[in-house]
Amino acid sequence: MASLSQSSYRIDGATGAWEVVIGLEVHAQIASRAKLFSGAATAFGAEPNAQVSLVDAAMPGMLPVPNKECIRQAVRTGLAVDAPINRVSRFDRKNYFYADLPQGYQISQLYHPLVGEGHIEISLDDKRAGADSEPAVKRIGIERIHVEQDAGKLMHDQHPTMSYVDLNRSGVALMEIVSRPDMRSPAEAGAYLRKLRAILRYVGSCDGNMEEGSMRADVNVSVRKPGQPFGTRTETKNVNSVRFVMAAIEHEANRQVDVLEAGGSIVQETRLFDPDSGTTRSMRSKEDAHDYRYFPDPDLLPLVLDEAFIGECRESLPELPDAKRHRYETALGLTAYAAGVLTAEVETARWFEALAGASAAAQGRSLAEVARQAANWLLSDLFGALAKAGRTLDNSPVSPVAGAELLALVAKGTISNTIAKQVLEKMIESGEGAAAIVTREGLTQTSDTGAIEAAVAAVLAAHAEKVDQYRAGKEALFGFFVGQTMKAMQGKANPQLVNELLKQALG
Amino acid sequence: MSVDKATVARIAALARIRLGEDEVAALEPELNKILAWVELLGEVDVSGIEPMTNGAPGVLVLREDVVDADPLTGGGKRDAVLANAPAAAHGFFGVPKVIE
Repeated sequence: MASLSQSSYRIDGATGAWEVVIGLEVHAQIASRAKLFSGAATAFGAEPNAQVSLVDAAMPGMLPVPNKECIRQAVRTGLAVDAPINRVSRFDRKNYFYADLPQGYQISQLYHPLVGEGHIEISLDDKRAGADSEPAVKRIGIERIHVEQDAGKLMHDQHPTMSYVDLNRSGVALMEIVSRPDMRSPAEAGAYLRKLRAILRYVGSCDGNMEEGSMRADVNVSVRKPGQPFGTRTETKNVNSVRFVMAAIEHEANRQVDVLEAGGSIVQETRLFDPDSGTTRSMRSKEDAHDYRYFPDPDLLPLVLDEAFIGECRESLPELPDAKRHRYETALGLTAYAAGVLTAEVETARWFEALAGASAAAQGRSLAEVARQAANWLLSDLFGALAKAGRTLDNSPVSPVAGAELLALVAKGTISNTIAKQVLEKMIESGEGAAAIVTREGLTQTSDTGAIEAAVAAVLAAHAEKVDQYRAGKEALFGFFVGQTMKAMQGKANPQLVNELLKQALG
Repeated sequence: MSVDKATVARIAALARIRLGEDEVAALEPELNKILAWVELLGEVDVSGIEPMTNGAPGVLVLREDVVDADPLTGGGKRDAVLANAPAAAHGFFGVPKVIE
């Protein structure tokens, strides 16, 4: 287990170094077909107001009835972050007036949230390529998770004097995941968001699509001199990408340091992030925003969950990223780096497991015996070739089974690793199978000793000077001879035989 | 518990109710009378009794995650939803411009 890392991120002010304290409130759209309290659909991209029920439009006399799947997904999310599930929770009304909120209040959970205190672990060195060491781990507390309604969407640029309101999002279920103020740098906040997103996607409780607004963060930032009590915080609302969250923190922390060092004080306020300028500014209209006059929603009885329901939620959880990463390292013998990259996104992990499974079947070996070959190929060859073709794993023309067929040809010695790279490019171009390409193009690796000996002889004759240097002790030249011989054999020579025959000839 | 004029004005502003100064002056003693009356409840000893937040006994009933299962609470009724909107256009509600 790695040690707890202490962030050394500081803002250097005129009066010394300042520490940044960050907490995030993440709004994650719960993956459900229907809304939290009505039967209207949640699908993205519908015509305006096409997915609005009389409940979502707050017509008089309509009553909310909660969607069981939304509750189930929030419970599963809570279990995934190691948090207790409250057997009794309640819904409250959060009152404010805005054109995107037809009820005049949001149904939320203030006093008795569904999920209590949990935590997730972030690795701070995830992206450090090639690092084999165990990355530094930090635990970030989660204070609570509650369930609430989303508001509608306003459009301001369609008419000179009017704003247009689309209520399709109104009433869609959100989880608000509130962190402890445990983060100390933009990088830690970024790592937390990425990890949280990964967990939500593993669990399947949120698609994590920040572009479509499925995940947004309210960013709480304050600064202090190290060792001092927390400073006054500001809250920057609705930031919708990891990059923007990091930029908003950086800007806001520097702004606060400037204000404090100029002798001013920080006002607890709501701010907006402007992605174009990378700055934050005060949202004056929300001056009263903290006076929400919460009270229990009389339309909704207490939400009481039984052990059977929570047990089903627990049993339905998949293997989560940390557990998977640990298993890849211990049971499959992968490096910490490979295990980290393969488990960072649920799609990559699923692809890898399908590939390793198909490889084990094709080669008649155990998972542990084929895992390293599969991981190396996926992370270097396939990712590289897909990037070159402008594709990703999601729309890869090569399936895990097709990849396993290629890897089996390499394992059997039918083709070399070099040829395998060429075959992969052809597979991506044509969608054809590896064996068919190898047969048609005559790429089968040769163990024809005579042919290789002839190539070796020709190479040595052509580079007599280097042969002398090698014999005089410059052994590093051996790789050069191997390369030249493979080139002469168009990459098709069995590499082991090439090594052996070269050693004999140079003897 | 009691309210002063500033609190009355603030509650009215939060509820988007426009009140003149004379109305605020009239409402202050009225609200304080109501509060004093409700405070009588404080004389009842409720220690050890679960707070009641709803008149109906029982717990929430949940619905299944099915789109438009009940036409009364489903979507796909834009015309009905917009029927009373004073300035609907292009399928949207239209409201006076509100912009940050």
